[in-house]
Amino acid sequence: MSRTTPSRTPISRISRSSPAVLMLEDGRTFRGESFGATSDDLGRPAETFGEAVFATGMTGYQETLTDPSYAGQIVVQTAPHIGNTGVNDEDPESRAMWVAGYVVRDPSRIPSNWRSRRTLEDELRAQGIVGMSGIDTRALTRHLRERGAMRGAIAPAPADGAGEAALLQRILDSPGMVGANLAPTVSTQEPYTVSPASFGVSEVRLRVSALDLGIKSRTPARMAARGIEVTVFPATASGDDLLADGPDGVFLSNGPGDPATTSYAVEAAQKVLQSETPLFGICFGNQILGRALGFGTYKLVYGHRGINQPVQDRATGRVAVTSHNHGFAVDAPLDGRTDTPYGRVEVSHVALNDNVVEGLRLLDLPAFSVQYHPEAAPGPHDADSLFDSFVDLMQHPGKKGNA
Amino acid sequence: MPRRDDIESVLVIGSGPIIIGQASEFDYSGTQACRVLRDEGLRVILVNSNPATIMTDPEIADATYIEPITVDVVRRVIELEQPDALLATLGGQTALNTAMALHDAGILDKYGVRLLGADIAAIKKGEDREVFKSLVDALPPELGAESARSAVCNTLDECFAAADELGYPMVVRPSYTLGGRGGGFAYDADDLRQIAGSGLAASPYSQVLLEESILGWKEFELELMRDRLDNVVVVCSIENVDAMGVHTGDSVTVAPAMTLTDREYQRMRDVAIAIMRAVGVDAGGCNIQFAVEPTTGRLIVIEMNPRVSRSSALASKATGFPIAKISAKLALGYTLDEIANDITRSTPAAFEPTLDYVVVKVPRFAFEKFPGADTRLTTTMKSVGEAMAIGGNFAEALQKAMRSLESGSAGFWTKPDRTLPHADLDPLEAVAIPHDGRLYNVERALRAGYTVEQVYEASGIDPWFVDQVLGILELRREVEQVVADDGIDSAKSLAILAHAKRQGFSDLQLSKVLEVAEDVLRHLRQAAGIRPVYKTVDTCAAEFAAFTPYHYSSYGEETEVEPREKPAVIVLGSGPNRIGQGIEFDYACCHAAFALSDAGFETIMVNCNPETVSTDYDTSDRLYFEPLTVEDVLEVVAAEQAAGPLVGVIVQLGGQTPLGLAARLKAAGVPVVGTSPEAIHLAEDRGEFGRVLASAGLLAPKHGTARSSDEASAIATGIGYPVLVRPSYVLGGRGMEIVYDEGSLRAYVERATDASPEHPILIDRFLDDAVEVDVDALFDGEQLYLAGVMEHIEEAGIHSGDSACALPPITLGRSDIARIREATEGIARGVGVRGLLNVQFALQSDVLYVIEANPRASRTVPFVAKATGVALAKAAARVMLGATIDELRAELLLPDGDGARMPLHSHVAVKEAVLPFNRFLGVDTVLGPEMKSTGEVMGIDAGFGVAYAKSQAAAYGALPTKGRVFVSVANRDKRAMVFPVKRLVDLGFEVLATDGTAEMLDRNGVRATVVPKYSEGLAGNAVERILAGEIDLVINTPFGSSGNSGPRVDGYEIRSACVAKEVPCVTTVQGASAAVQGIEAVIRGDLDVRSLQHWHRELAALRAETRADGSGPR
Ligand SMILES: Nc1ncnc2c1ncn2[C@@H]1O[C@H](COP(=O)(O)OP(=O)(O)O)[C@@H](O)[C@H]1O
Ligand SMILES: Nc1ncnc2c1ncn2[C@@H]1O[C@H](COP(=O)(O)OP(=O)(O)O)[C@@H](O)[C@H]1O
Ligand SMILES: [Mg+2]
Ligand SMILES: [Mg+2]
Repeated sequence: MSRTTPSRTPISRISRSSPAVLMLEDGRTFRGESFGATSDDLGRPAETFGEAVFATGMTGYQETLTDPSYAGQIVVQTAPHIGNTGVNDEDPESRAMWVAGYVVRDPSRIPSNWRSRRTLEDELRAQGIVGMSGIDTRALTRHLRERGAMRGAIAPAPADGAGEAALLQRILDSPGMVGANLAPTVSTQEPYTVSPASFGVSEVRLRVSALDLGIKSRTPARMAARGIEVTVFPATASGDDLLADGPDGVFLSNGPGDPATTSYAVEAAQKVLQSETPLFGICFGNQILGRALGFGTYKLVYGHRGINQPVQDRATGRVAVTSHNHGFAVDAPLDGRTDTPYGRVEVSHVALNDNVVEGLRLLDLPAFSVQYHPEAAPGPHDADSLFDSFVDLMQHPGKKGNA
Repeated sequence: MPRRDDIESVLVIGSGPIIIGQASEFDYSGTQACRVLRDEGLRVILVNSNPATIMTDPEIADATYIEPITVDVVRRVIELEQPDALLATLGGQTALNTAMALHDAGILDKYGVRLLGADIAAIKKGEDREVFKSLVDALPPELGAESARSAVCNTLDECFAAADELGYPMVVRPSYTLGGRGGGFAYDADDLRQIAGSGLAASPYSQVLLEESILGWKEFELELMRDRLDNVVVVCSIENVDAMGVHTGDSVTVAPAMTLTDREYQRMRDVAIAIMRAVGVDAGGCNIQFAVEPTTGRLIVIEMNPRVSRSSALASKATGFPIAKISAKLALGYTLDEIANDITRSTPAAFEPTLDYVVVKVPRFAFEKFPGADTRLTTTMKSVGEAMAIGGNFAEALQKAMRSLESGSAGFWTKPDRTLPHADLDPLEAVAIPHDGRLYNVERALRAGYTVEQVYEASGIDPWFVDQVLGILELRREVEQVVADDGIDSAKSLAILAHAKRQGFSDLQLSKVLEVAEDVLRHLRQAAGIRPVYKTVDTCAAEFAAFTPYHYSSYGEETEVEPREKPAVIVLGSGPNRIGQGIEFDYACCHAAFALSDAGFETIMVNCNPETVSTDYDTSDRLYFEPLTVEDVLEVVAAEQAAGPLVGVIVQLGGQTPLGLAARLKAAGVPVVGTSPEAIHLAEDRGEFGRVLASAGLLAPKHGTARSSDEASAIATGIGYPVLVRPSYVLGGRGMEIVYDEGSLRAYVERATDASPEHPILIDRFLDDAVEVDVDALFDGEQLYLAGVMEHIEEAGIHSGDSACALPPITLGRSDIARIREATEGIARGVGVRGLLNVQFALQSDVLYVIEANPRASRTVPFVAKATGVALAKAAARVMLGATIDELRAELLLPDGDGARMPLHSHVAVKEAVLPFNRFLGVDTVLGPEMKSTGEVMGIDAGFGVAYAKSQAAAYGALPTKGRVFVSVANRDKRAMVFPVKRLVDLGFEVLATDGTAEMLDRNGVRATVVPKYSEGLAGNAVERILAGEIDLVINTPFGSSGNSGPRVDGYEIRSACVAKEVPCVTTVQGASAAVQGIEAVIRGDLDVRSLQHWHRELAALRAETRADGSGPR
């Protein structure tokens, strides 16, 4: 029996955790207890700022915390219990946890899972992630839904009104998500390669250059499993860098921040399009492709963050249940074809909940992208075949962007 | 794309009577389906033998056949109605098996009836365990799904050969049965012989599957939906708290799954989808069960049900995603994206619900009704109902669910440890035995100092759940500590109390722990502002606005109850199904919601039973999924009083559960509408009720109350034997018994009670040879509407819930009925009833006795409503809110006249009870004054004989029309038995009888072959011949007193053999006569089918004629 049953914390965290608040920029304040890191590197009581957003997945907190797309955000989990399966060594989606803050209702007292190695709270502490627990996350979610994602802070409960006013001021002084250029901070600094061999595939069938704007490890993994050797480049790599080795295809990853700030990536994408190299983008990559084609991007009121989101393929009518994590979206006409400098483009996928653009397809060049996460992690695997589409496109670039 | 346009009419098959493994969830799903089909403009034809359902209400389908669900009957319905299609995936295993049989008999093809939802091939792949396993094993290996090693066997010899391969212990599972009937664990060859033997018998295809045991693994279940474009969604994941080896229906379960990472969950999801595709469920739902090895994550697929199931009802209630409704739409050709999510309105049904709360289901058992039953939980389902609770976290949901059960304990520490099951065992040994209420012993073990790890090792319950119980215990200790240190009203105490509330502690639990009165604690809490808020089940964790007020309480910041303008009425439901309080009460509650909504009220339902129609968010304007305890109800009342005008609370329709709350609600200032709590007391208190009877000039059987064994003997001698004895204080079961002499009386007092001044024994003169009559009536304060008079087939002494009965009464004369009417009115007036009243009478030698009066809806209300074509429960709800009977007649809700006199030539309806003995092999099947049935069926026809035959066919399978009858009856019944047995001989039956019976028959000119008694131990004895399948009908009345020797044992063995071989067994003289009439009718070939609407039309016409004659009473 190799179960880890680490030290327990009593269920009533109130008796041992310190009081903390989550304050939003409109002044709404939720009181609870601190969870995770309670002091910073210098031993000062920890305080953290970010954009408060809610994520509705019931599984996959470890992937969520390590998804670089959440950089700069205080993530509120709507699932009531977080930490039940502890933390293991296989599931992280990147080298670190990226969330600016973490809000849960009931942290698990103990983890229970055969793969668990550590408790979540220990891991949060180790990674310096400030969080809080014990709040009515549903009330908070409803607030964010009605008012929109907004800036906020998790901080030790202020002693008095003056303390609260000061905290609110600090929130108002903190940067928001619009105009945030975060991809370079989460991206790899040096290129690296993910080879099919590490996924038990001996033959390298294709080679892809991936632009890491905040890539999740499952993405190159899903490609490598199909015999694709993936070279991952830093966010600021140029189009020439990506094309230097004459790859079979280029991939634009997901990532955090406002797509409007990433002109470097947009230029790289345009370069790839000009080269007629097959191109595939996910999430942020979809927004980058959209901008490269001349579409605008805009901020959604509260975004899509969950693993239950229905997306319809407009060509087949089929619906996939997909994993989403996006606060911005591409502004493109849903119906018909749009002429762009790179030829005709159509919206290939839409979100059934709110008709947001979820995918783009070029009709005259081998390029397509989706706003959601076919690599899942966390989330359903319904859209996994998009990687096959990418393979297909690389093998038959003449077929154009047939997603 | 719109729905398919090639069908205009659909036949829906329901699930028949409530039995273990197939309960009211199929009324919920069937009702939803019928509504969808009708909304789509289709003609709906329904077959269901269960009158207590909403789905058999005449307005739910176009043609409702309350007829036995047999191939023959359904064929006749198909002939008559010529439906285009058949929907069989919403009526449980019964409907699915019937559809398969119709197909096999070529009937579907012959009449061109298409199957909707899942086709025959898919049903076969899903249901045939062998085919299913090979399909799982053929899945792509990268999915990593396996099935347990197994062998399919059709004979016992094959079983033993397979056992050599698989090794003991192993699981025996019959194909095509539901709720694991006929299955179990075989630990050795003897077990195998016994279990596989009965499994082979239980399976309609004489097939069992032997399987490697994976006891102790984690068990999960996924609910899926798929449309014709192959879009698939997983509606819900459910994790069992009890490990593999305890049937899911008997396990405590949680939604969503608590201990899976995303990777593991998605893998399970992938496998489930692949299976659904491979099986080929094209348009509808299915559920798939999995086992996960706790130390390695190895995944084994246990089974799939290619239909809507018990778990889908649970999943629907747990998520707000109405699986049955959507299944029906998918069957019509819609795709998931074309169907709107009712709750959010703006988003489609093509998505996967996400929960921001935790749902816990706990099973409800009835072992106390079946002394001698094996109480150990196994792969055969034994629970009779369930309660579900929703909370902000697991601890809250669990504790709410535990107090929803009404099983004696209302959560941890509400009853002394010594009353727990297996209290005599060391707690660690106790948790190793799967049993009802095991979590209480888990808590006891932790309290005794055992660690989470130890409890996990002993019980197989995942450490995460065990630790949650530990958390509850630690919090209790913290509460005690803080209160002891700082005083109960200190700020620190209030803070920890608030925290305890958030973890689901009830006021009652806290009051026990802190040794203060519950009311005191409640006032303290409320004064401190520690009040629940009400959240909404919205399918999407608040991502979108919800429009359906489906609420649950939780201790958070913000309530979601919307203000309202209209005056509201709260209807309290009946809680978990149990023996004695089943679906009939839910029916009455639903009708109240429908009627009051029509009358302009806002209706609010409170209930905690996930199986029911009442907890469908479509039934009432607002739904509170809450336990039915004083605390929880008072908080709902307060929340609704804050939301708008509240007229009152209805406690009379949900059975004993809400009725028991009446006085305390009233004391707390809650307006209780209908019969007042004081009036309820008059009917329920023996002394008070005696005075009511006396002043109305009515008689009760002589009775007395004894506080000691000696006093009991004295009283019994005074009133004369036989007597009916029961403890006033209930220890385990109800413990009601008929006692014929002093020795037995003393033995009873020793055994079943601890007679003492606090716990007296009630003794009644037992009315031998009396006809029992049940009456349902409405009283508005002035006028009585006698809804129906039911004459029991079995004599008094067999619980009214277990007895068959006929409406109109078969043998009662006009003057008898007039007396009954008068007596009922006298009681209604004396008690002060406003609404429904149920009275049980016994007529002995022309003297009318009152057995009891219940000032509430009774079990027979839906039967009476369907038999007489009157919406009785709707009328009752209106009377409770002040309408008079005359007003309701003017509205045509009630007919002129009443049920005291049914017009001449009106049809006859027979109700028959359905008993769960086949679940509890080894338990004596004889009926008595304690109710044991789980459900009922109705047979309806022009005359009694056919109606009775139909009721038997619906309940137990058709009566035989030829063959051998075995007769063995008590001396006192011998004379009365001559005539019916003679008639059977005339009809061509061969008679076998035991010695004495044969002699008696012979003297009366009936030739009978003598068969040795079982106790004589000879070959060819009765039991052997029944087991050999040589007997087609058994007539056996019990004799000898309860004990364990002689004739009593013989009878016991005979009846058990009947249950095992499913041979009809009649245990009363009256039953025998009724059976003979039924057999005659079948032989004459009178068995024809007619819709309920047809009978009601005819009855209305007869009523109109009677009125024109001026002969009807007014
Ligand atoms: N191989 C096995 N080893 C141990 N327990 C089992 C095994 N197979 C089934 N069970 C248990 O028996 C229960 C009933 O089995 P299942 O196949 O689901 O039959 P049913 O058709 O009655 O639902 C399951 O819920 C599970 O707990
Ligand atoms: N004095 C009696 N003589 C004969 N039978 C009785 C007598 N009292 C009760 N019974 C039988 O016992 C059954 C149950 O008794 P009842 O008082 O109605 O209890 P319950 O509250 O369970 O309905 C009745 O339906 C009737 O058949
Ligand atoms: Mg099952
Ligand atoms: Mg009764």
